[in-house]
Amino acid sequence: MGFLSYMGQLAFLLRDLITAFQSGVWRLKLVAHEIVAIGFGSQAVVIVTGAFTGAVFTFQTYAKFKDFGVESTVGAIVSVALCRELGPVLAGLMVSGRVGAAMAADIGTMKVTEQVDALRVMGVHPVDYLVLPRFIAMMVSMPLLVAESIAFGLLASYVVAVHGYGVPEAWFLAHMREHTNMLDVGIGMIKGFVFGVIITIVACHQGLRAENGAVGVGVGTTRAVVISSLAMLICNFFLSILLNYLSPLGTGM
Amino acid sequence: MSADKTAPFIQIRNLKKRFGNQQVLSGINLDIRKGETLLIIGPSGEGKTVLIKHVIGLLRPDEGSVVVDGVEVNKLKERDLAPVRKRVSMLFQGGALFDSLTVEQNTAFPLIEAGVRDSAEITLRVREALEAVDLYEHKHKLPVNLSGGMRKRAGIARAIVGRTQCILYDEPNSGLDPIVADVIDRMILRMQKRYGVTSLVVTHDMGSVFKISDRVAFLKRGVIHFLGTPAELKASTDPEVRDFIEGRSGITS
Repeated sequence: MGFLSYMGQLAFLLRDLITAFQSGVWRLKLVAHEIVAIGFGSQAVVIVTGAFTGAVFTFQTYAKFKDFGVESTVGAIVSVALCRELGPVLAGLMVSGRVGAAMAADIGTMKVTEQVDALRVMGVHPVDYLVLPRFIAMMVSMPLLVAESIAFGLLASYVVAVHGYGVPEAWFLAHMREHTNMLDVGIGMIKGFVFGVIITIVACHQGLRAENGAVGVGVGTTRAVVISSLAMLICNFFLSILLNYLSPLGTGM
Repeated sequence: MSADKTAPFIQIRNLKKRFGNQQVLSGINLDIRKGETLLIIGPSGEGKTVLIKHVIGLLRPDEGSVVVDGVEVNKLKERDLAPVRKRVSMLFQGGALFDSLTVEQNTAFPLIEAGVRDSAEITLRVREALEAVDLYEHKHKLPVNLSGGMRKRAGIARAIVGRTQCILYDEPNSGLDPIVADVIDRMILRMQKRYGVTSLVVTHDMGSVFKISDRVAFLKRGVIHFLGTPAELKASTDPEVRDFIEGRSGITS
């Protein structure tokens, strides 16, 4: 029952958001500000996440693939895994921790200090002013952050395999190219987009319903990160099934 | 917008509101005439703030109705309330300034949201409003760098800058020194005289009751216990009213 009412509240927020989106008043200055804060500011986090995931994944697969004598295909497996799963999921989790928490805390603090009510009193719908700019900024930023994370993951994988283990550069790149294409990157970016929507909706909802002062804001922030992370992982599974159905994985493997 | 000039600007009928086990308002009936200054006094925690929050649709009544300028606000959806809220502004107890904006930007906010685009006019009106509350030299400060009284005054500037037809003040004088409290009282009077503003003022300050009010409502146990002119209030023989205006607690030391 609690779950149903929670989903209902999210649906109402989404409906308000769509109304706000259609109204055409986008407050581009705020959007730009949020893109800088969310997108530009999260780069370091997703780059480090992507790079070290790529590096450690290469390190471990190399050890096993060497037993089979197929160590030059490490690039292929790492690239597919990064594009389709690890890139978007890990970037999503990091962004949810960094950006989702900030959204819930910012809006939650505004709620408990009556700033949200002050907006309403001035005839400004809180969703229009607080949620929509963050939402647009996330839709723009998340796919790019995921792509960035993947790119640095592959670069790290290349460095570890070619320079660390001495896999022939030509073989590594050839296998990587053979088994990944733009579609794989596209899938990662689509997932990033969906995760961006989940993070924004969940976090802003927690912020807008915050009450009971500082404690409430803390609870809301924790919930925003936990719920959006879990929701992302669950959605990711079903999204993978759907996307793999639409574009089956690899031909030569 | 009502056709009838003599009709009350705000009409509250049988308003009831309960929070959990506490019946805060138990049947309020009150008319506020156009252009009058009505003060609401009464013990703390008896629902004075709750009452004025109903006027602007921040809270929904359990029973009863609130009609503002011919519009029944408790029947409207959040987005449809915007036109009413452009005509009524409110000062929050804590000021409820936006943390991220300077005093000047906070004061300009209602103007910009109301669609004023001429920056010279915005600058002029913001200056006028800030000078009325003696805060012009602090216009570049952020709310965190203001004292409590200054925050309240900035909130007042933001409430008056839009020159709305009606202003709701939630304790405009609390936390201010006697001189500034007098400045605020004069300003409320001036708004009434110059722009014909209807004011609803929640206060504990008996001084301003006799200085600025046209009528006084004494709220106790969720109903209007007394309603009349300041002179009638002074002449009242009701023991509870007398205790309140004379500040007697009944505790002997």
